[in-house]
Amino acid sequence: MGNLTRYVITRILLTIPMVFILLSIVFVVLRIMPGDPVSSMLGGHAPESVIEQKKEELGLNRPIAIQYLDYLWQICRLDLGESMVFKQRVTKAIIEKLPATIELTAFGMIITLFLGILMGAYAADKRRSAQDNLIRLYGIVIFCIPVYWLGLMLQLGFGVWLDILPIAGRTGPRVLASTFEKTGFYVLDTILAKDFFALGDVLIHLVLPSFTLGLVLSGIFVRLTRANMLDVLRADYIVAAEARGIQHRKIVYKYALKNAFIPILTMMGLQIALLMAGAILTETTFSWPGMGRLLLERIYLRDYPTLQGVIIVFALIVATVSLIVDIIYAIVDPRVRY
Amino acid sequence: MATILEIEDLSVHFPINIGTVCAVEGVDLQLEQGEVMGLVGESGCGKSTLGFSILRLLRPPGKIVGGQILYHGQDIVRMNEKEIISLRGNRIAMIFQDPLTSLNPLFRIDEQFIETILTHEQGLDKEEAFNRAEKMLENLGISPERLLEYPHQMSGGMRQRIMIGLGLILNPDLLIADEPTTSLDVIVEAQFLDLLNDLRRQYDLTILLITHNLGNVAQLADRITVMYGGTIAEIGPAEAIFQEPLHPYTQGLLSSIPNIKLDQPKLMTMPGSPPDLVNPPPGCVFHPRCSHTMDICRHEKPDVSKRDGHLVRCWLYR
Repeated sequence: MGNLTRYVITRILLTIPMVFILLSIVFVVLRIMPGDPVSSMLGGHAPESVIEQKKEELGLNRPIAIQYLDYLWQICRLDLGESMVFKQRVTKAIIEKLPATIELTAFGMIITLFLGILMGAYAADKRRSAQDNLIRLYGIVIFCIPVYWLGLMLQLGFGVWLDILPIAGRTGPRVLASTFEKTGFYVLDTILAKDFFALGDVLIHLVLPSFTLGLVLSGIFVRLTRANMLDVLRADYIVAAEARGIQHRKIVYKYALKNAFIPILTMMGLQIALLMAGAILTETTFSWPGMGRLLLERIYLRDYPTLQGVIIVFALIVATVSLIVDIIYAIVDPRVRY
Repeated sequence: MATILEIEDLSVHFPINIGTVCAVEGVDLQLEQGEVMGLVGESGCGKSTLGFSILRLLRPPGKIVGGQILYHGQDIVRMNEKEIISLRGNRIAMIFQDPLTSLNPLFRIDEQFIETILTHEQGLDKEEAFNRAEKMLENLGISPERLLEYPHQMSGGMRQRIMIGLGLILNPDLLIADEPTTSLDVIVEAQFLDLLNDLRRQYDLTILLITHNLGNVAQLADRITVMYGGTIAEIGPAEAIFQEPLHPYTQGLLSSIPNIKLDQPKLMTMPGSPPDLVNPPPGCVFHPRCSHTMDICRHEKPDVSKRDGHLVRCWLYR
């Protein structure tokens, strides 16, 4: 396992230049974008002298190269700085919002994988049947639907017409906010507090947002799983297993699925970025107080430090997940060596 | 000697978009208890399809469209899913061409053994199954510690031995070996055939050895069946087939083997190419390539003629 450790360390070191490049792009793009924090704070009608004074206060009147180097130095000290709009550390804002996003994406991913993989495997097993065609159609259609539109439709259907599911927020009004002070992951907090009424409330609030997020991406996994399963089901070792009398269902869902899982795993690593992007839209649709909402709000306010901080965190999440995926490879496939 | 397998008038068709491939057409074949039957023929003659039909492992669109396969008197063609599954691996085993791809790469060897054993013998626990697998490996000349390895850690010859071990672990009485040595090198091939010969006595096996390698069958087979274009050309005792082949196809096949002792300036070859099984030639399927073609061959299928334990389908022996 010495090789694995070396591999992990290399990968971690490689994320440093990645974050650096991303950061530089974001830094430049934010400053090219029309508008700046000062005018969004003071509005268009503030006197010139006030604007100048505010700019000097925030250090925005210095040459851009100096601001950039200054920011880099700050990052090197692992400091994300302070919001330019509110009196608030960027780290604090992120820590407050991050659990909500992780909870949403985790549940979204579970739904995606569950639906995508099972439907894909089933379709491959029943290739060219009516069920197969239906599932393939689902895969294409669902992937074409924009996340926000699907979110709105689900809100309309389940929240308004059927009126069985909440359409916004992470909890209902009857749950005390103090329940959630431990980790910020509401599901975890309520379990820790053994408050099962609150847990139920939290889960029911998760249903629509996580299904919205999960359904859209499940289309990719349906198609991917089906294609890989078809390949695997043709393999000699599947016929050989069948010739030994192993039950068909076991062959499909144990033997074949494990083999087809390797490329699916790769896709999972890649899709995590898409999932994050989807989370931003889903959070907006469902008033979900997470990183996506934070990002959107602060874009309106041109809050440079917070935006940069949020994007770094997103990048780190994507990098971490793909690293974890690579490590899982070695566990699933004994042939993989680092 | 008792008959263990009796194939009667078996036909297997593959409906595809340009027509129907008649891969196996009206085949009759009997396997006696304890014999090794060599099934030879060129690629695409239906020999593997015949082997797969016996365990009903045909991939779609392949389908048995007629005839019966009697195993100890029970018709495999008409069995339900449960009955056929209880035969597979348990009473009838099959090993395949490519040992490199016939073992699931993601499961350890012991897991594959245990799974196979427990599928058919529910009363056993994992440990007993593992012990049985250990004994089998010893018997195959592989160190039992290798049970804990993955297929990719083993050589091709070793994997083929594992395959046959997986096949024999439940003491089947019939083994279908579909070109088991094709992907092995000559030395490993010879060792494997020796092993097969030992196992055959040890387990009192009946073997259907499907191959295009006449050298293989010469070493092992008691009787030989020659297939051509989905039909059986000739069945006879191995010696008779080699020394006195009756069917012109068999004669051609044998004379196209290079022989180091004969001083041949040029190797014999058979003219023409294998028949198109979507539109097979009328009459005898071999007539377009045959050097003895008569008028009747062109429009009438030959019947079976019998000559002391030697069956041949050819108008020459009417």
